Amino acid sequence: MSERAFHQDREPDPSTDAADEEDEADDAREVTTGAEAAIIALEEAGVDMAFGVQGGAIMPVYDALYDSDIEHITMAHEQGAAHAADAYGIVSGEPGVAMATSGPGATNLVTGIADASMDSDPMIALTGQVATDFVGNDAFQEVDTVGITQPITKNNYFAGDPDTLGADVSEAFALAESGRQGPTLVDLPKDASKAETDVQPVSPETPDTYHPPETADEAVIEAAAETIEDADRPVILSGGGVIKGEASDELRAFARKYDIPVITTMPGLGSFPETDELSLGMAGMHGTGAANLAITNTDLLIGVGTRFDDRLTGGVDSFAPDAEVIHVEIDAAEINKNIYADYPLLGDAERVLEQLEDELTDAPDADEWREQCQTWKDEYPLDYEAPEDEPIKPQHVVERFAEMADDDAIVTTGVGQHQMWACQFWTYTEPRTWVSSNGLGTMGYGVPSAIGAKLAAPDREVVAFDGDGSFLMTMQELSVAVREDLDITYVILNNEAIGMVRQWQDGFYEGRRMASEYQWVPEFDLLAESFGARGFRLEDHDEVEEVIKEAREYDGPAVIDAIIDPGENVYPMVPSGGDNGLFALSEKQLEGL
Amino acid sequence: MSSGELPGPAPEERMRPEGRRNEQGIRIDPEAEATHQPRMAVLSALVEHEPGVLAEVSGLFSRRQFNIESLTVGPTTDDDIARMTIVIEEAEPGIEQAKKQLEKLVPTIAVEELKPEAMRRELALVKVRGEKPDDIQSVAEMYGGQAVDASTNAVTVEITGSKQKIDAAVEAFEQFEVEEVVRTGAAALERGAETMDANGHMSEE
Ligand SMILES: Cc1ncc(C[n+]2csc(CCOP(=O)(O)OP(=O)(O)O)c2C)c(N)n1
Repeated sequence: MSERAFHQDREPDPSTDAADEEDEADDAREVTTGAEAAIIALEEAGVDMAFGVQGGAIMPVYDALYDSDIEHITMAHEQGAAHAADAYGIVSGEPGVAMATSGPGATNLVTGIADASMDSDPMIALTGQVATDFVGNDAFQEVDTVGITQPITKNNYFAGDPDTLGADVSEAFALAESGRQGPTLVDLPKDASKAETDVQPVSPETPDTYHPPETADEAVIEAAAETIEDADRPVILSGGGVIKGEASDELRAFARKYDIPVITTMPGLGSFPETDELSLGMAGMHGTGAANLAITNTDLLIGVGTRFDDRLTGGVDSFAPDAEVIHVEIDAAEINKNIYADYPLLGDAERVLEQLEDELTDAPDADEWREQCQTWKDEYPLDYEAPEDEPIKPQHVVERFAEMADDDAIVTTGVGQHQMWACQFWTYTEPRTWVSSNGLGTMGYGVPSAIGAKLAAPDREVVAFDGDGSFLMTMQELSVAVREDLDITYVILNNEAIGMVRQWQDGFYEGRRMASEYQWVPEFDLLAESFGARGFRLEDHDEVEEVIKEAREYDGPAVIDAIIDPGENVYPMVPSGGDNGLFALSEKQLEGL
Repeated sequence: MSSGELPGPAPEERMRPEGRRNEQGIRIDPEAEATHQPRMAVLSALVEHEPGVLAEVSGLFSRRQFNIESLTVGPTTDDDIARMTIVIEEAEPGIEQAKKQLEKLVPTIAVEELKPEAMRRELALVKVRGEKPDDIQSVAEMYGGQAVDASTNAVTVEITGSKQKIDAAVEAFEQFEVEEVVRTGAAALERGAETMDANGHMSEE
């Protein structure tokens, strides 16, 4: 899919006579070394940006970048490079590139690679490695990168042969973006990348053993369609795979045509517009009351591009316990992994939805059910105490920002309470506008991911909601946002605590707040200024709008240190492993569950 | 919310369904207890014969907590392809999951679960105290094995066969005092003319 986009982007050079093929071949960069082959492979794949940090073992590869048109963004820390590349991949749909040296460079990438893996984000990591003669000797800055990253990559490569190194990079790229997307890694020993070779890398192709399914079995489609027609209480659960598979339009059309209410998972935010009457919002631990009641009481759950993560399902015994399940999925291993599928529909989400549509003759007769869903929406609004209250309510900040922001603004976050408020109080209407660490839950994701998102979509507004704790984990990347002059608005919902942990301690550990409250945090507005960004301190409820306005108008990175009510917690809440239908609306209700 | 409470009916006032699922996410009769009993399954996999594949496969099985009974690997007639035989003990959904996860690895070419009647063999070398070599030899013969090494103090016997047969043989040797045992784990092939091709299809040539 992205291959097409790349080639459209790569306009032919008008100075070249297209008829004269020999001339063109002359124009192509000649491969001289393994490193050169790696970079040419990236260029061939259409890469125009990479994120990374230099170092001894990766120096030959960087040296080859010197003559390349690929833009390199030097990050402050390799974790930042991985998250930026990951976010770049989410927003653009094409693999983001992260580069690091051997040893600590590679280990610093690990969190970001694991994060991309859990969220099926397309990404390719290139790591330097000590020379092959030294491998296994505990050489300086040696680590078993291939071994360490095996469980968190779709596939990885030890590229020890200069003649095949370029092909490894091409294949890794193709694999990252095809089928169920995900991260791949190529480990490049220094001697191989320095060695001479003239082998041109082939164009990106997945290996022979890799066959993602395209269309689902017709017999199962027929049976599933019949079940949809007969359903009394159908609901669609739209996951991240809908966005990754570019199936958002098809899903919207499908839901509207058959009048079926839609719930999204957290990675699925934006796959269906939350402004649509059929939308019930997000389900799961901090999902809406309507979504969690619908998912609990449905008799037909149509899950599309979702892996039924435990934060979504709660305890499986009580998850959609009356429902037959249609599971549309590109990865066969997700079928029956967590939730049994009565109708497994293996294939590309967009095409399988088309198949279903071709087969369906009637919409399900579900007027009563839709009314019921509407009643739940009215009964369980996401709410918070009156905004006039001091101190500032975090929900109010998110909600006001959402109202003021561009329609296609991109939201990135750290991990914690602020992330949940960003889910709940921002209104998502478009795919690829939610950039967050869904599956791994990585604090520190916010600052670098906003950089990757902005660079992937320079014309779009980017807002990063962060926690004080999460911000402290990767704030050094602010230096990159300043250096690259990126127009990003960072909003720190500052509760001087690692708030989500504190919420759990209050709810489940009798309020014993061990290590969850900061005795002191920096003044983030001043810190931002010292980095060269604009800093704002927001303490007064009456200034919320004005500060947001000013920060948005500032042309460059701005950081709002929003001092929020430290007592505020996230509700509704399903305790982990609990029953989605019994979500608590307050701490008091939590005790009873 | 610090002090407040979100609006909406309390948990006990909400619409509730009747059903239930078991641990494997399968809908079950709410009245009945339903757990899947584990069974033994033999997976046969063709994988690319390249460094790191064994680590990748064994890593996958341990990380996903599949109960491995044995895992063997060796070359095939094709230099580029190795064959693994993996015996696991899991409930039905676990077996399905193990197979799919294994199929998903990029170096994996094909995976099949072999039928229960498939040929399953393992090799054991049993080192036995050697005071009565003739007696040891006759026990070995009872199990179709043979002494492959003998010194004044020890006899090493080789036995091939099913797991049960080797278990029984080792037990029989206990009367002489078994000093060491090494077992390979199962290698298995489908009976008859059936073979697995590189696409994972079973066919009769
Ligand atoms: C790297 C990492 N370490 C620890 C955790 C555990 N954890 C989950 S949420 C949380 C608190 C986050 O605090 P903050 O970023 O300030 O956000 P808040 O919850 O206060 O909004 C912690 C420590 C994590 N998710 N990631």
